[in-house]
Amino acid sequence: MSDTTQTGPMRAADGTPLKKSLARALRRQKLRALMLIAPLLIFILVTFIAPIADMLFRSVENQIVADTLPNTVRALKSWDPETGELPGEPVFAGLAVDLQTAAELKIHTKLGSRLNYESPGISSLFRQSGRKVDDIGKEFQKRFVALHPAWKSGETWAALMGSDEWLEQARGWSRDQGPEPRFRLRKSAANALPRTGEVYLAFARDVQGTGRKAVSAEKPWPVLFTALAQDLGQASPEDIAAIDGPAAPLVQQAAAAISSFEPYSYRDAFIQMDKAWGEIGTWEVIKLYSPRYTPAYFLNAVDLELTPHGIEPAPENERIYLKLFWRTLWMSLLITFCCLALGYPVAWLLANLPSSKSNLLMILVLLPFWTSLLVRTSAWKILLQQQGVINDVLVWLGLIDDANRLVMINNKFGTIVAMTHILLPFMILPLFSVMKTIPPTYLRAAKSLGATPWTAFWRVYFPQSVPGIGAGSILVFILAIGYYITPELVGGTQGVFISNRIAYHISTSLNWGLAAALGSILLAAVLVLYYTYDKIVGIDNVKLG
Amino acid sequence: MAKKRILPIPGIWSFTVPVNAAAGALLGYMVGSTNGAPFTGLLLGALFAGALAYVLVQHVGSRRTGRLIGAAATAVVGFLIAGFAGFVFGAFVGLILSWFAYWVGLGLYRAGLPSYATMGEVLWHNSFHLICGLIFFFLIAPIVVVIPLSFNAQDFFTFTPEMLALDPAGYSLKHYQDFFTNPDWTRPLRNSFTIAPLATILAVSFGTLAAIGLSQSHVPGRRAIMAILISPMIVPLIISATGMFFFYSKLGNWMEGSLGMSRDLVGYIKVVLAHAALGIPFVIITVTATLVGFDRSLTRAAASLGAGPVRTFFKVQMPLILPGVISGALFAFITSFDEVVVVLFVGSAAQKTLPWQMFTGLREQISPTILAVATVLVFFSILLLTTVEFLRRRSERLRGITPS
Repeated sequence: MSDTTQTGPMRAADGTPLKKSLARALRRQKLRALMLIAPLLIFILVTFIAPIADMLFRSVENQIVADTLPNTVRALKSWDPETGELPGEPVFAGLAVDLQTAAELKIHTKLGSRLNYESPGISSLFRQSGRKVDDIGKEFQKRFVALHPAWKSGETWAALMGSDEWLEQARGWSRDQGPEPRFRLRKSAANALPRTGEVYLAFARDVQGTGRKAVSAEKPWPVLFTALAQDLGQASPEDIAAIDGPAAPLVQQAAAAISSFEPYSYRDAFIQMDKAWGEIGTWEVIKLYSPRYTPAYFLNAVDLELTPHGIEPAPENERIYLKLFWRTLWMSLLITFCCLALGYPVAWLLANLPSSKSNLLMILVLLPFWTSLLVRTSAWKILLQQQGVINDVLVWLGLIDDANRLVMINNKFGTIVAMTHILLPFMILPLFSVMKTIPPTYLRAAKSLGATPWTAFWRVYFPQSVPGIGAGSILVFILAIGYYITPELVGGTQGVFISNRIAYHISTSLNWGLAAALGSILLAAVLVLYYTYDKIVGIDNVKLG
Repeated sequence: MAKKRILPIPGIWSFTVPVNAAAGALLGYMVGSTNGAPFTGLLLGALFAGALAYVLVQHVGSRRTGRLIGAAATAVVGFLIAGFAGFVFGAFVGLILSWFAYWVGLGLYRAGLPSYATMGEVLWHNSFHLICGLIFFFLIAPIVVVIPLSFNAQDFFTFTPEMLALDPAGYSLKHYQDFFTNPDWTRPLRNSFTIAPLATILAVSFGTLAAIGLSQSHVPGRRAIMAILISPMIVPLIISATGMFFFYSKLGNWMEGSLGMSRDLVGYIKVVLAHAALGIPFVIITVTATLVGFDRSLTRAAASLGAGPVRTFFKVQMPLILPGVISGALFAFITSFDEVVVVLFVGSAAQKTLPWQMFTGLREQISPTILAVATVLVFFSILLLTTVEFLRRRSERLRGITPS
């Protein structure tokens, strides 16, 4: 190159500019690396990150109220609980349709148990009202049947609400041909009678879901008559006139007769069904939890409550979560400290012995590390029991009386001892790998310069081992605050952690939203610690074994 | 540091005999208190140990013979007190006592220290070793205690008098028999050995590829990718389990509904996927660690000799990183094999694994079969530990040969 006087850019062998050629090679290299990583990355995103995201979503999600009681929630928007008056008739009319539909689909109890987390007792209100609410529908059914007996039959309803195309397909259907053609609504009818349309759609989907009967052969739900009466009372005459299809004359006759119906009070019907519907508190709860997203779970997780009058502290006897978080925190700190106190001397010994001896002793650290967690927990359960080995030995040695055996399990002591044992290797290993790099000559140099053994240790050795202490402590702490199995088995009621409460809400109380909120808070705490760990140690430097 | 340094011999009457007598007194007190006469025991123990130490240190030059004499003498005393069991325990105690006599009497306690060490330093040095010994004891004793207890003939969780008397009638294999014949245990065992290998295969195949990708010199967003891939190890299990509980039930419904899979199969798929995700960080970490020392010029040499990337991978790279891959696989295996929380939330009764069965056993009706299971698992983990250690050394040796 030195003997040419080339002024243009440097070129690769094939004549492309070198810069471009290098960039291409680099790009190809990056692409290849990414292609190798991609399968795993996708795998982890789907199998691990997505579930975590789902949990975060669940901690604020609250679709069930708006989904189960859509008409009620819509009508409630204009109601202000501050007036001290019950919601108006439209709200009760909406509830009549929503609750009957929910009861037919048997989803009203689910909503009841959801709201029961916020207002105890409301689940029985929903359960009992669900049983009686179709009295309202039957009342309207009587009126419509009095107008024309054809209203009683399912075929009339199918003819009114089903689209012409679907009616055509369904006419020739018999059960041995497989599932009935999927139901489709008649546009003109759904437009004129929106509530009836929604309810009938739910009805048709439900009938087709079970697959036993044709839609037209199934007896119509009573709620359809309630919805129809409400729709006819509100529909404009043009929309009614626009309804086409075989049942059009029937519905037009009903529309003309609707004004002659005896007035009906939905509110009175509900209050008669259950006094609780006449209480403002019930409606406040429903209004409060009608939005699709709610901060309520997070508030509950920190012992607060969402009330109609703003955020308030939970009742005294229900404040357990902050206490549990606090206990989780300080017990984890204590366990970390115990691990450090026990792990530091051992790591020092291992790092300073000749490697033949230290390898042998290392086995004593690695064996517990490799032994199943359940084995170690059961060992502690057996050792610490009142009729267990430790108590037996103490009695045998005459140190304690047979009648006063020590209670060492199902309390904080049990949790701390067992978890210290289980997490100790996680402290020793990082400490060891840091101490291994500290030259022993430093200590000798310090001593030869006149330091006492203590000064030499404290001023020379200890500062160099601090990174190991940091790494081990954060690791043990992260592991400790999320522990579930050991506290569950040896912790009793006093030694349990927040994780045990999460498991309780998942499997026993079924308050999944609260479990998700508690989990999210714990996750946030761990991520902060993880970030710190990454800054101190670097995640690339984690070593195993 | 002369190994053959002559250690100062402490005075026999001023130091050796009193120290040994004190140790004997302690042991004698223990033996005495179990027999209802602690102070007689204390006195006799002190006399016995003091005399033993005097005889051994002054008159028996060969330490091996001395230890035999000590063991025999104490065994006879033990036999007189408690029959056959006393004989065995006595021999054991005698070995310790006579070892202690020489250790004190010949000044061996100064062996690891420079000759100018002060008395305080000697005391500290030895107490420090004692403390470390106690910590090691704390680490290992709970695991070891389980082993003899698992042979208990009774359904107790502690040593019965028959066991302590070394009476063969106190021991039996019935808990092992229960473990290997009772379907409550055999089914979980089979499940564990189905789920763990499948999860391991998934984790290793994805993990190794990704680790190779990550070890390339130019990876955009390496830190972020690494953080995501390691996250299953960092996020507490209870949180992973909670998230998976929600998400996998939806996934399961979809697989049953849209793909028409059977309920059991879906259950296994869910647990295997979850366990594979948990095992992946371990594979990534071990394989990346092996790749750090991998000599890139080897792949270039292979390429220059005409090998394609696939051939290079299997013929050159794979054999060198194999120890790392295998130990990653073992970590992934043990993660899945040991895992309770996630399988508890994600699986159904048909996927009950061994740890799950142990967990319910410990929480509800604690059955002594758990001890047998625990013992089997301890030996299983010893096997795994040995393999991993072996592989680690082999990998270090291999890397020692290849220039870096």
